Amino acid sequence: MNGIRDALIITKRQLLQLTRVPEVLIFTTIQPVMFVLLFRYVFGGLGVGIKGGYVQLLMPGIFVQTVAFTLAATAQGLAQDMEKGLIDRFRSLPIARSAVVVGRTLGDGLLNIVVLVVMGLAGFIVGWRPTSGVFHILLGFLMLLFFGYSLSWAGIFAGLISKDARVVANVSFLFIFPLTFLSNAFASTTSMPKALQYFAEWNPVSTMVAAARQLFGFHNTFGVTAHSLPSEHPIQTSLVYMVLIMGIFIPLSVRRYKTASSR
Amino acid sequence: MKSVVAENIVKTYRKGAVLALDGLSLDVEEGTVLSVLGPNGAGKTTLVRVLSTLLEPDSGHATVGGIDVIKNPKGVREIIGLSGQYAAVDETLTGWDNLVMFGQLYHLSGAAARQRATELLAQFSLADAAHRPIKTFSGGMRRRLDLAASLIIRPKVLFLDEPTTGLDPRGRMEMWGVIEDLVREGVTLLLTTQYLEEADQLADDIVVIDHGRVIAHGTSDELKNQVGGERVEIVVAEANVSPATEIIERVTHGQATVDQGLRKISVPVSDGTQTLIAVIRAFDEAGIHALDLALKRPSLDDVFLSLTGHVAEEEVVVEPGKKKRGARA
Repeated sequence: MNGIRDALIITKRQLLQLTRVPEVLIFTTIQPVMFVLLFRYVFGGLGVGIKGGYVQLLMPGIFVQTVAFTLAATAQGLAQDMEKGLIDRFRSLPIARSAVVVGRTLGDGLLNIVVLVVMGLAGFIVGWRPTSGVFHILLGFLMLLFFGYSLSWAGIFAGLISKDARVVANVSFLFIFPLTFLSNAFASTTSMPKALQYFAEWNPVSTMVAAARQLFGFHNTFGVTAHSLPSEHPIQTSLVYMVLIMGIFIPLSVRRYKTASSR
Repeated sequence: MKSVVAENIVKTYRKGAVLALDGLSLDVEEGTVLSVLGPNGAGKTTLVRVLSTLLEPDSGHATVGGIDVIKNPKGVREIIGLSGQYAAVDETLTGWDNLVMFGQLYHLSGAAARQRATELLAQFSLADAAHRPIKTFSGGMRRRLDLAASLIIRPKVLFLDEPTTGLDPRGRMEMWGVIEDLVREGVTLLLTTQYLEEADQLADDIVVIDHGRVIAHGTSDELKNQVGGERVEIVVAEANVSPATEIIERVTHGQATVDQGLRKISVPVSDGTQTLIAVIRAFDEAGIHALDLALKRPSLDDVFLSLTGHVAEEEVVVEPGKKKRGARA
């Protein structure tokens, strides 16, 4: 139980940081809202023929992209603690080895709740209308949170192996940006070259977007090239991906943390 | 009783390419201060990291407070305090926030953590700045807060890794004052430093290390004696340099060296104060006025030079929170 208590103290620290530097929270939420507005009005024309308009397909895409960015945020936060020597101090304390990393992933997860609520409201204002009912909508958001949470474990690992917070943030984005665009998030995959279509279809971002669309009550008309497993069962595939990501990165991160060194 | 014992610690980095600790052994008697003195890259930080359980050695054996650092690292963490080369605190939070958080991580209750934070902030003259973000602190204040954070549980053994590196002279004096207070309270302290005067000022015992090995061990006095005895140094007016040199050589039976530019005459002596008095008497009789007159003992700089064959490296000024260039110290 002490392990959980220790982790929650670390999470509390992150929330305390938000009250001391409120700008962080403001800009963390402004950016996704800006994306909602830009995509909604720049690419809105792509939605010709889609019931309810492009915004219905866009919102799940932007939700997924935003929670995927958690990877970079987590990595940067942890790398900063490494740089400052804070991880050394934490490691010299009689606390559970998992506390610092678990605490941080929980903190970033909580931040995602705020971000998703703000984005959901922004989406609603510009015409997003999920049709599946409260239970399925909540389930959709829960799955989005869980997706972000699993990716933040990849961020933990990246933060632990990096030596520089700014570098790790930039590298993470180099990795996430293509992943979110080589998907069904913003445009139909059927217009991509054949090889990319296969990649896009198996891309965890696509399966998560398709799952969210399904849970919010929309037929996923973007990105079904064949009757492949991920496009037939997006929810199940996404869950498998999340378990897989955490199954790889949690043990790697905890092991790495044990020998983590600030220099 | 020995509070810290390290035996034959070997630690290599990069799969053996860099030998940081090369069979290093030392111990610290309970309630005393041991200073580990050495230049950058000598292995000081690696040693502290091994003893504070942050790093597992390749081989060797170490105990802190009688607890094995390899077999029971958690037991060691419960009785030590560690303060590193840069302030390891959350800069976005206030000093108060930091101390309360660390108190809770030491499993104090919320109320106990808050009370301890108040005590420590007062003890380290940080009460006025308690509710300011650390970002606004001076380098000296950050270090004091960092030290405060390592004292939350009143550790049995305290490790300070270069506590004044990068501080300005004023910050360094303040830090020394704080450390001297702790020493008076009887804390067992292992302190690394590359400042020879710091070891001289704070430590009971000094271990000099270079390239991961102990190259000398003793009190400050013992180390100075090891290098060589005392010297009498006298400065006289220009006209008096040669008669004064004759008198000095006659009285001390030694070979004097003369710096004409500084008009300084220097001679090795065996029984320092006695000889000094004899020299003064002889000068008085001859009517020579000494402008400056001193009994000089070798500095730790001299110790280092004679032990390693090279001078202690120049200090590297590190901005708090910034990465340090170069090798592991």
